[in-house]
Amino acid sequence: MIRVELPYHLRLLARVDDEVRLEFDGPQTIRAALTELELRYPALNGTIWDKASGKRRPFIRFFVCSQDWSHDRLDTELPELVRAAAEPLLIVGAVAGG
Amino acid sequence: MSGVRVLVGTKKGAFLLESDGLRNKWSVSGPHFAGWEIYHMKGSPVDPNRIYVSQSSGWFGQVIQRSNDGGKSWETMSNEFAYEGETGMHQWYDGTLRPWKFTRVWHLEPSLTDPDVVYAGVEDAAMFKTTDGAKSWQELAGLRNHGTGPSWQPGAGGLGLHTIVLDPSDPQKIVIAISAAGAFRSEDGGVSWKAINRGLRSEFIPDPNAEVGHCVHNISRHPSRPHVLFMQKHWDVMRSDDYGDNWREVSGNLVTDFGFPISVHSHEPETVYVVPIKSDSEHFVPEGKLRVYRSRSGGDDWEPLTNGLPQENCYVNVLRDAMAVDALDGCGIYFGTTGGQVYASPDGGNTWSAIVHDLPAVLSVEVQTLK
Repeated sequence: MIRVELPYHLRLLARVDDEVRLEFDGPQTIRAALTELELRYPALNGTIWDKASGKRRPFIRFFVCSQDWSHDRLDTELPELVRAAAEPLLIVGAVAGG
Repeated sequence: MSGVRVLVGTKKGAFLLESDGLRNKWSVSGPHFAGWEIYHMKGSPVDPNRIYVSQSSGWFGQVIQRSNDGGKSWETMSNEFAYEGETGMHQWYDGTLRPWKFTRVWHLEPSLTDPDVVYAGVEDAAMFKTTDGAKSWQELAGLRNHGTGPSWQPGAGGLGLHTIVLDPSDPQKIVIAISAAGAFRSEDGGVSWKAINRGLRSEFIPDPNAEVGHCVHNISRHPSRPHVLFMQKHWDVMRSDDYGDNWREVSGNLVTDFGFPISVHSHEPETVYVVPIKSDSEHFVPEGKLRVYRSRSGGDDWEPLTNGLPQENCYVNVLRDAMAVDALDGCGIYFGTTGGQVYASPDGGNTWSAIVHDLPAVLSVEVQTLK
């Protein structure tokens, strides 16, 4: 199982109060977790990925065990701590005012 | 007793304001979708409980919401706006070419006859249509593929299709406007389009009489006379009596002829409203006075409407989709400001009061007349 922490606005959109927990078969990667996330919460469709370009939205980053996994590690197997739900996968929106 | 529901989109969420037909006591619901930009929301004319919302964010992209119960509950609908075929290129601000890229939905226009049919105007400029209540969207690609597409250039707010005018007497006829390309008309339900900008003059483009390149801000018309169109342009208020084939200026004695919204009285086809602002460099009302201007002669002669509106130290703007009229007797006029006020007049503009004072900056105002 993978725990995913969403930014506030996406929790609002998905109508969840806290982190979400995902269980899915196959490779335990960020890409697979995001695919499962959109299946479980269709309201999040396209909010993390731009569907047209297939790219992560520029104001969103992925953090894993205090490391930035936003670039080139989307298909890398997540660490045991994340796969065992001891640490969450953090989906973080850029901090900005307004 | 009849009533009204005012749909207010703001920079930080949506609000629904409701009143009975007297329009002097209001209930406020919201914020819905708190923290998100609500560029536009609009109800179906044939099913007022069906409301469509464009919700967006620079972080998370586009979301479409739909209500089937007058805004009590919402469901997330399809946000997939895929351009059809080759996307092509358009002008960027500096004259270089950029590929078309979807950014957001600026305007949602529900069909006049079918609550499941909605047109969406998007940035980068294109027209989409749903026939299944926003479960899916298909581009009406004839517009983007209009031969002039490569010469379209964005206005300051982006290359947005922001105005969609439907014809109650002929569903095949649609007029749209794009900043800063101009106005276009379809006579086959959106399959093919013709630029309708003859008579517009824009000093900021190399050929001020060009076929496209005009920064049209908003177009409105009375439903009984779909061929008579009123336009607020970047500068100039314009009028066409032949469905956009030819335009003539009717700015007349306006304090300035720069502004964004334009609306037509629901019972008087020659009564038109605009909210002039100082200039394209200073997007606030002139002289610190918030004045709606009304023409009862279809343009040229305008009178300022000030009763109940701030007449000193006011420096707000009223955006293009932020003015609307209801269909009750004594036509109600509504507009929202970038300062977060929504003003209402229950008597065609003679007197005004603020329904709400302190919302986030208002992006859009629509009104539903409830039976």
